[in-house]
Amino acid sequence: MGEFLRALGEHAFLQSALVAGLLASVACGVVGTYVVVKRIGYLAGGISHAVLGGMGAAYFLGADPMGGALAAALLAAALTGWVTLRRREQEDTLISAIWAVGMALGVLFISRTPGYSVDLMSYLFGNILMVRVRDLWVMAGVNAAILGTVALLYKQFLAVCFDEELARLRGVPVELTYLTLLALVAVTVVILIKVVGLILVIALLTLPAAIARQYVTTLPAMMVVSALLGGLFTSGGLTLSYGPDLPAGSTMVVVAGTAYLLSTLVGPLRKRAVQWGARRRREGCQTDRDAL
Amino acid sequence: MIEIDRVCFGYGGPLVLEDVSLSVPPGEFLGLVGPNGGGKSTLLKIILGLIEPTAGRVTLLGRRPTQARRAVGYVPQHPVFPRDFPITVEDAVLLGRIGRTRWWGGFPAVDRPIARKAMRETEVGDLAGRSLATLSGGQLQRVLIAQALASEPRVLLLDEPTANIDLRVESDIYSLLKHLSARLTIVVVSHDVGFISQYVTRVACLNRTLLCHQTDAITGQTIEALYGTPVRMIHHRH
Repeated sequence: MGEFLRALGEHAFLQSALVAGLLASVACGVVGTYVVVKRIGYLAGGISHAVLGGMGAAYFLGADPMGGALAAALLAAALTGWVTLRRREQEDTLISAIWAVGMALGVLFISRTPGYSVDLMSYLFGNILMVRVRDLWVMAGVNAAILGTVALLYKQFLAVCFDEELARLRGVPVELTYLTLLALVAVTVVILIKVVGLILVIALLTLPAAIARQYVTTLPAMMVVSALLGGLFTSGGLTLSYGPDLPAGSTMVVVAGTAYLLSTLVGPLRKRAVQWGARRRREGCQTDRDAL
Repeated sequence: MIEIDRVCFGYGGPLVLEDVSLSVPPGEFLGLVGPNGGGKSTLLKIILGLIEPTAGRVTLLGRRPTQARRAVGYVPQHPVFPRDFPITVEDAVLLGRIGRTRWWGGFPAVDRPIARKAMRETEVGDLAGRSLATLSGGQLQRVLIAQALASEPRVLLLDEPTANIDLRVESDIYSLLKHLSARLTIVVVSHDVGFISQYVTRVACLNRTLLCHQTDAITGQTIEALYGTPVRMIHHRH
């Protein structure tokens, strides 16, 4: 911890990494809340893995891999959206196909790229220590766009997540809103790739929000709590990984997973304690009445 | 308010509704009764434009259902949202304001008094800050009625509003509907003819086709035709 803080003061790359983790947490907290309450974790997984296809293609063509990632993420989101809206009965099969074919295309493109072989591992598992200042500005911009969209369409997103039939009857364009939500998932995945890589994205997208859900009862509160938890997990993971030189992204995910496990195990105990307290109070009243 | 003209519908197989014609005038409190699978919920969905009839047509407030349904409050039989959805009672009721309020941002302050009024009317005002997950079946049903009322509808459609709640709460909810029927046109689906006939102004019996729609007392023969088995009527006097 002390060693990390000293290094943090000295190395700009560590400062960038820390800021990248915090910025990613904002997007994760907001979009992850929708992913959890709308139960589209599997769709988000499909979108994030399919991104490799776009990164590979961009690399092969000599373009910016992150541009390729964004294009692929949006395309995968549109395809996934179409599958859930029009081919619901084969949803899991088709999403699995998008998931695997996207990754396979990425590997094929990368294998055919002449010259220096890209570090496939950093796409898959992230390399937060390689984040540049320019990336931070992009992440901040994407965060602003996500927050703006969520603020603007707050009612529509809430209605579509709560009850699509109600939303449709109240005049909400349900399919368009749903596709917009998936587009937000797609851009979130892209900015998370640098932090934890596209395989581990799903953890930061779901675990903080899933923990938050155990404690709060409104969507905005869930967003704030899961963004804070995300910040805690990314910073904590970075700190823990620095001393023993562990991969930072994987450490963050293990930290988040452990926190989720603990919270889930403690949850029922907490509930039981609350019920026990309530029973004590009730019995207390009962004794008072009996005494009268 | 609602004109149903020779509507037929089938989910790909045999017809669920066959040649159903029904007119609901303004101010009516109509009880739509019939056995399970008799097509009652399907008819409501057709009135709302959620499904298209295979034949015939429906007009709602003189327009196509998809154009007019924002003026309708609908309380479905089985709420599709997960019971543990993180939302407070007040926010759930506010959702009924969508389509009646500005399209962007959160709910503006002007919507809150309307939601509060709807909650007072259904007697859930004191639950405003509670999480939806903590409500009993009867409380949840009242919240869903408040949600429908928050849209300031002209027509209220309810599908078995008392399916999973106890008898005492059931009569409370029907008294509430009777009170609301002073200013709203209401169609309520039920499978309990005897119970609702003391509240509604007319009963329509649906079992694939419309068997009766009358204001006079229900006879044993009608119920026999409706359910296909002879039944003993027990008359309640109130």
